[in-house]
This record gives sequence, structure tokens and C-alpha cells, in this order.
Amino acid sequence: MIKYDLAVIGGGPAGMAAALRARECGVEKIIVLERAETLGGILEQCIHTGFGLHYFKTELSGPEYAARFIELVEDSDIEVKIDTMVLSISDDNVVTAVNKTDGLLEIDATAVILAMGCRERPRGALNIAGTRCAGVLSAGTAQKYVNIDGYMPGKEVVILGSGDIGLIMARRMTLEGAKVKMVCELMPYSSGLTRNIVQCLDDFDIPLKLSTTVIDIHGKERLEGVTIAKVDDNRRPIPGTEEFVPCDTLMLSVGLIPENELSKNMGIEFDPVTNGPVVDELRETSHPGVFACGNVLHVHDLVDFVTKESQIAGEGAAKYILGGKTDKKYVKTKGINGVRYIVPQKIDLANEGDVELYFRVGDVHKNAKIIVTYNGQEIISRKRPRLAPGEMENVVIKNDMLKNFDENGIIEIQVED
Amino acid sequence: MSYDVAIIGAGVTGAMIARELSRYNIKTALIERCSDMAMGTTKANSAIVHAGFDAVPGTLKAKLNVEGTSIMPELCSVLHVPFKPIGSYVVAFSKDEIEHLEKLKARGEENGVPGLRILNSDELHKEEPNLNEKAVAALFAPTAGIVCPYELTIATVENAVTNGVEFIRNFNVIAIDKNADGNFVLKSEDKTIEAEYVINAAGSFCDQVASLIGDDSITIIPRKGEYMLMDRAVGNKVSHVIFQCPSKMGKGILVTPTVDGNLLIGPSAIDIEEKDDCATTADGLDGVFKTALKSVPSLTTREIITSFAGIRAHSPTDDFIIESSSKDDKFINVAGIESPGLSSAPAIGVYVCNMVIEAMGGAEKNVDFVPGRPAPVRFREMNTEERKALIEKNNAYGRIICRCETITEGEIIDAIHAPAGAIDVDGVKRRTRAGMGRCQGGFCGSKVVEILARELGQELDEITKCGGESKILFGRTK
Amino acid sequence: MVKDIICVACPMGCQISVDMNDNGEILSISGNTCKRGDAYARTECTAPARSLTTTVKVSGGIHPVVPVKSAQAVPKGLIMECAKHIASLEIKAPVKIGDIVCKDILGTGVDIIATNICPEA
Repeated sequence: MIKYDLAVIGGGPAGMAAALRARECGVEKIIVLERAETLGGILEQCIHTGFGLHYFKTELSGPEYAARFIELVEDSDIEVKIDTMVLSISDDNVVTAVNKTDGLLEIDATAVILAMGCRERPRGALNIAGTRCAGVLSAGTAQKYVNIDGYMPGKEVVILGSGDIGLIMARRMTLEGAKVKMVCELMPYSSGLTRNIVQCLDDFDIPLKLSTTVIDIHGKERLEGVTIAKVDDNRRPIPGTEEFVPCDTLMLSVGLIPENELSKNMGIEFDPVTNGPVVDELRETSHPGVFACGNVLHVHDLVDFVTKESQIAGEGAAKYILGGKTDKKYVKTKGINGVRYIVPQKIDLANEGDVELYFRVGDVHKNAKIIVTYNGQEIISRKRPRLAPGEMENVVIKNDMLKNFDENGIIEIQVED
Repeated sequence: MSYDVAIIGAGVTGAMIARELSRYNIKTALIERCSDMAMGTTKANSAIVHAGFDAVPGTLKAKLNVEGTSIMPELCSVLHVPFKPIGSYVVAFSKDEIEHLEKLKARGEENGVPGLRILNSDELHKEEPNLNEKAVAALFAPTAGIVCPYELTIATVENAVTNGVEFIRNFNVIAIDKNADGNFVLKSEDKTIEAEYVINAAGSFCDQVASLIGDDSITIIPRKGEYMLMDRAVGNKVSHVIFQCPSKMGKGILVTPTVDGNLLIGPSAIDIEEKDDCATTADGLDGVFKTALKSVPSLTTREIITSFAGIRAHSPTDDFIIESSSKDDKFINVAGIESPGLSSAPAIGVYVCNMVIEAMGGAEKNVDFVPGRPAPVRFREMNTEERKALIEKNNAYGRIICRCETITEGEIIDAIHAPAGAIDVDGVKRRTRAGMGRCQGGFCGSKVVEILARELGQELDEITKCGGESKILFGRTK
Repeated sequence: MVKDIICVACPMGCQISVDMNDNGEILSISGNTCKRGDAYARTECTAPARSLTTTVKVSGGIHPVVPVKSAQAVPKGLIMECAKHIASLEIKAPVKIGDIVCKDILGTGVDIIATNICPEA
């Protein structure tokens, strides 16, 4: 058993930013456990640009964004174990991990930061009928094959799901010489950024088929084609709209799920909407000394926000490590009327700063208002020209406001059209 | 090459026959048209070891089911294949159905099934609290259990190969002739082998294979069954195999835990044209789910991690056909092996082996026969001390490849280099569970491809999902 | 002639109509809600440009390819040609971030630079 002040699970943008901030705040013995061969997480395969506009005020590619943090980690005395998989975290924050060089590692950590990121929803979760041939893969897996391994996963491609990864891969495959036949989207709108629709689809004349889904997969050994169909308002396929599209590859970009197997095994309290832990403003979970940040907490659309959130978690962990456990009195947060969720889900009344609440809406709204209430009383109202499920929003709860709140009070956010 | 016996089809039936024959000093070839064993009917079924009350007394099905089920626990133990004797319930929802349970019980007793008992509503709901409260009674069969059919088949083939059987993959028999010595000559597109005896264990293709020697006596109707596999989180919704009262088309939709801790629901039953049409259908899956809700109303579609379909090799005779062909004494048909085929397979192995040895006028025993295979490493099931010791011995067990199922690189390498080892991604998946978890290979798929390529000395783009044209990659980007 | 474009200067996604004469000169711009939209629409109609990201082949590295980007935007019409040109190149490991992989690609004046490291194998 080795003693550490802080164990960070995951060396992607979340884990690195959290570890670095904790170090800046005076935490001395920190270890970062990363399952891949390098630090950087999923950014290593996101070779497109668009990262860092908020945080670095410049447009970087994924690997460039990651590299800025990797350098800082390498220059610090933060210990890093790559190719290392965490198997479990015990009730008293003992982290058990495994790798080829150290064998089984047991790390007795005062605090733990969960930064495992997320994974893609697989075909099985969609329950698309058809055969189980080769050629059906998630967009992220395809991205790794193309951008890291240098191999083509297909030549004639249909993409299901118009989230940003799906859009980015449509362009990526086209640039590598594949024919991307279409991007199908179940919803009547794309959950991807408009700029990606323009630059990844329109530029290359790739059709975006809204309210359309894949209902059948054909092919004995390798994929030979898919059947697509229009869907009605309840997202059920409309009979008579079926169309066979020949292709050798079906890429799925149908959602991301926080990867919380470790946290679930610890019995941490979960938010059924985010599929991540319930946290307070310091990103501390229901398990004392265990913090969470980045996509393991809730799926982000911009890495810049992951960095910011992870710095909060790093600071929170530092407070816990250096100041010890304190009794917290919480006011809760809740999304209603069009707001799907809010992170953090609770705020300690003793908090000394302003608290930013991050949230997502469930539908597209134009010229809407965001109303924040405390125990039913309006406290903040903000105009928003456009709200979309794909874009995370935030409002700030000022500290002087917080001072007037009581334990078990509730802050609610809603959309007003 | 010339063999004493050629078995066509490496499903669970062919595998069991091969293993039994390997107890003797005879040269046996186990021939498979696909790139791996257990790729047909064996791959996708309910994975149930039935107690044996379904079959009509006096049939081969009745006899071999009860015998097979009684052999299964010991066989699984020596082959290191997980078998869980969890028992089964046939659930009744009405008075009429209770009468049906009584009939099943009487039939089971006639077949020699031990321990059958009818549970009343209180007993039933105490044992299975998630069961539909409208269930009024159940027939309890304590000898029923669950086993992974492909794992059993893989282990059996491994063991047979260790004992001298030759496993020949990618050999699709398209013609069978006789040579001057009176031996059969089996031809594929590019290879031939000779054998004195042929055993036709070709599953849903048994009729086609038999017709290659002019035997048109067999009819196989492929009957599709669709299943849904649910997350481990709901694996304990039921603790027994839950059947509904059977209908003409089969045993109805069942809900059961799997040996790996998931929950399995299915199958549908649709007669189809093509013998290898394993496509699931929206209607079929919808029907499976809705009917399963009758047993366990609290299931939700959110927990489904994958769905699949299998083919039953249904014979209109409604019984197993295990006999020498009327066209040739040395050609033995083992056909119509549908449910309870998996349960019966160990007994079919013994039965067919005895037929062959008798026909040969006896054979010398294989004194080197080992009944079991070494226990495969299962990192996931080990405790800390065992894991430490394992990695110290070989650090390939220190690298986790599949996160969802906690499968190490060492286990994947073992699966590739085992007797009759894995040569493709699905082969690795079936042997190790890598890629079978929640993410369905999203993260580990590319790593498994890399390991296969490295261990087999191939390029990444030569690796397939399951043989043939099922390639995963189309060459380098540049 | 009226050209409809979707502005990508911010997430608003305004529909902008650009009225042009036969010589391609812009007569009027409407539908934008800010000055950035006006500027975007003008460039988009006269000289649309995009940044390009792809990979280039590496020999002797830990990976077979390394990611690259165009240091500035390249003319939109040349994107596919630039990608094809980069696909024909091969560089040697080790590669550092910022290494110039291709100077002045296809005479555009834009350099292609590496965006990740690729150490020697």
C-alpha cells in the first residue's frame, strides 16, 4: 500500500487540469492513473481544430490542447502511471489499479478525483434490427482507426447521429477518400454545432437527413447496406418511407455515456439524467473525499468547460486534503420546465465564492428567457436569443445571494419562451 | 488426408461426438464450414440445460435430454466451463395453465426427471419477487441449469484436439464421393479429405449434407429465434430460468440469468427460408420484449445491451434423427437437433460414439485420453493475491484490454494460442468475453485487432470479425 | 443573384442573404444580427476559406501517422486537393508539434504543420 494525498483516475483533459490545480493549491503527493499509453485522453484522436477558444483564446487541435497540459504535468512533480487500469476504489478511498510494470497497485489516497470520461452508446443500446456483420462501429472507434492507427474502417459510409463526432467524422472520412453518403438524425434538429454542419457536411455536399433513422442492417459478413426510414413525432418509423442505402460502413454517433462503473461500485449517489454522480459546488460526490469532473460527471460539448470544471474539482480536493472534512449544509438545485439537468446538484451554504450553475435544455428555443428561482421566487432572469440541447448554458449565483438561502431550500432553473 | 471418421459440423453436437471418439485410437477430423466452432445453432440459443419434462416419453429427445442433463455438471466441471444448476420454473397464469403444469410434471416423471414439484403462488413469489403478481403457480425443476453453449463447445473442441482430433476450419463440404477403397471423399471449394465414416452433424444444413450422398430423407426447417441480452445491473431480476407455458412453436419466451450474470430474454419463433438468416427484426424483438414483460413487468428497454438471432434446426418428425443413412451404413445422420439439443449433446456424443465403435467392430482405447482441459485464466474472478501472483508470473495479465469485462491481454493471448484457438475478433470475444460488455467493443475492439495481428503475424487489415469477407479495416489511409 | 448562407461566426446560426451582381460584387447583405455576420458573409461570398486538418504518414515513429493542420485557412475549393497532396507525403520521426510538414501548400502561401508529437519507435 502506497500513501498519496490525491489519486486522480484518468489522465485526459479533466484529470490533468484537476491534478495541476490541486498541486497549485498546495497538495503535495499526487498520482494520475491513465489507462491509455499516453496522457491526453480522447483529445489525442480529435485532430480537428476548435478547441481552446474560451480557455486559451486561440483555436487548437485536440492534441495541441492536450499537449499544453501534458507539458505542465511533465514539468511538475505529479506522478503519472500510464497503461494503468483502476479496478476498484474502496470505501476508505484505497484505489486498486493494475499495470504490466507494477503489477497490482494499492494506493491509499486521502482524496480521489474521478475523471474517467465517457464512452459511446453502442449499437445494442439502439436495438436496430438486422444482421451482426462487420462494418458497424461507433464514430469514436472509427476516429481512432483513422487518426491514430492510420487505417480506413470503410469506403462507403452512412453515419447515424448528427452529434459533433458524427459530423467531424463525415468530413474526416471524406478527406481520406471515402464516400459519405448521408448523415441521418432521429431528431428534427441536429445536436451538433451549426459551424460543424456547415464545414463538415455542406462544404462536401453530404446530405443531413433529419427525422430519419436506420431501421435495418444488411450483410452476411461485411455490411452491404442499411434501410433508413423517416420517423414521426414520436420517433417511430413511418411505414412506406423505407429506403435501402448501399454502404460498407455504418458509423454510430448516437450519444455519450459517462463511464461510471467504478463510481457505481462505490455506492455513490447518481443523477439519473446526467448518468454521473451528484456533486456539490466543489464537485465533491456523496462519498466524502471523492470528487468528479469532466465527462464522467456530465457530457460536455467543449473541452474548455471540462478544464474549468476540473480546476474547481482540483481546488475542492485540495480544500478537503488540507482542511479536512467539514459538515456541509446544502441548498439543492433542480432543472424544471425545459431544463434537463443542473450541475452542481447542490451548493454548500458556507461556500465563500460565486457559484456557476451549468445546465442543458431539452429542446431548441429561440428568443427565450432563463428564469432562476429560489423556493419559487424569481432571483435571476436572463434573455437568450438561442438555446439548444447541444450547447451547455450557465448562470452565476452570486455569493451575497447564497448567503440568504437556507438548508434544504431549492434553486430551480427553467426556460420561458 | 485420410481419417477414420469425419464429423461435419463443429457445433455442440459435433464437438461432443468428437470428444467421445477421442477416447479411442481412431483418427477423427472435425470439419467446420465457418472460421470457428459453435457458429451456427450453437452460437445463439437460450443457453438452458433443460430438466427433460418437455419431450414426449419414449422419444430420443426424452431419453437423451435426461441423460445429457445428468452428465452436464461433471462434464462442465472437468472442462472448466461454468454451469449453474439454478433450476427452472414453468409459470402458470390461469387455472388452465395449472392443469398444463400437472401434465408436464407427469410427463417429466415418466421421462425420469428427478425432483419435480409444483409451487403455489406464495412459494413462487417468495422465490421470485420480481415475477408478475398474476402468476399463480409454477412447475419447479431443480435439475435445470444454465451454461454458455459456445463456451462449452469451445472447451469440448479444445479437449478433443488435445486428445488427437483434428479441427479443420473454413471447410464447406460441397460434394461427397466414394473412392476405390470405398472411403468417402469430402470436397470443399479448394480442399479434399477422405474418411471411412462420416457423421452429419451439420445443424440446419443436415438435409443438404445428406443429399450430397443422395439421401433425401431429411427435412430441416430453419426456425429463427430472436433474443435480447440485458445489462448485468438487471441480471438478478430472476434467479431461476422462467418459462411461460409452452405453445406449438416452442417453449415460449423465457427470462433467465446467464452464467455471466446478464439477463437473457427470448426467443421468438419464425420459420424462415434461408438457413443462415440470423438477422433480427423489429417486430420479432418487439414481440420478445412485450412477451417477456408478462413474466417480469419491471424490465425496461434501457437495459438492453444487444440483441441477436439464432436458427433452430427443426425437423418435422419432432424428434432427433440419429441413425445410419439408408443410402450408406457408414454415413450417420445426427439431425433435427433442436431444443433440448444443448442439454442432450453430451449424451448424443456418447450415443453416436457407441454407434461408430460398434460399426467398426470395436476400437482400441486411447490410453493418453485426458478428460478435461486446463482451467483458463479468468482475471475478473480472482482475488487480489491471485492477481498479484499471476502478474508476477506473466505481466501480460497486468494489462487490461476490455474495461467493461476486465479482460487482460494475457487472457486474449491465451485464447489465440489455445488448441483450436481464436483467429478473429469474435473468436476472441467468445473465448474471453472481451467486447461483450456494455460498450460492446467500442474501446477494446481496435486493441483486440492489434493483438490478433501481432500474435498471428498478420497485418491489421487482414484481421476479420468472423472470417470470410467480414474484414474490419480497408487498408492504410496513406 | 441572391446567395443564402448560414453564418458560423457564433452558435446563433443566422440565415444571411447576400445580393450580388453578375460580376460577383456584393450589393447588399441582410439577415445577419451583428457585424461579425456581415464580415463572415462577405468573405464567404468572395473568398471562402477553411482550415484543414488531416494526418501525414510517418516513418520510424511509434504511430504510422501524425496529425497536421493548415497554419491558416486555405481556399475552400482547394481543401480536397490539399488533403490529397498531404496524403502523398511522408515524414520521418521524431516529429514535434509545430514542425512544418509542407511549406506553402499548392502555392497558397499556407504551411502545413504537425499538431502532435511522434517519437521514434
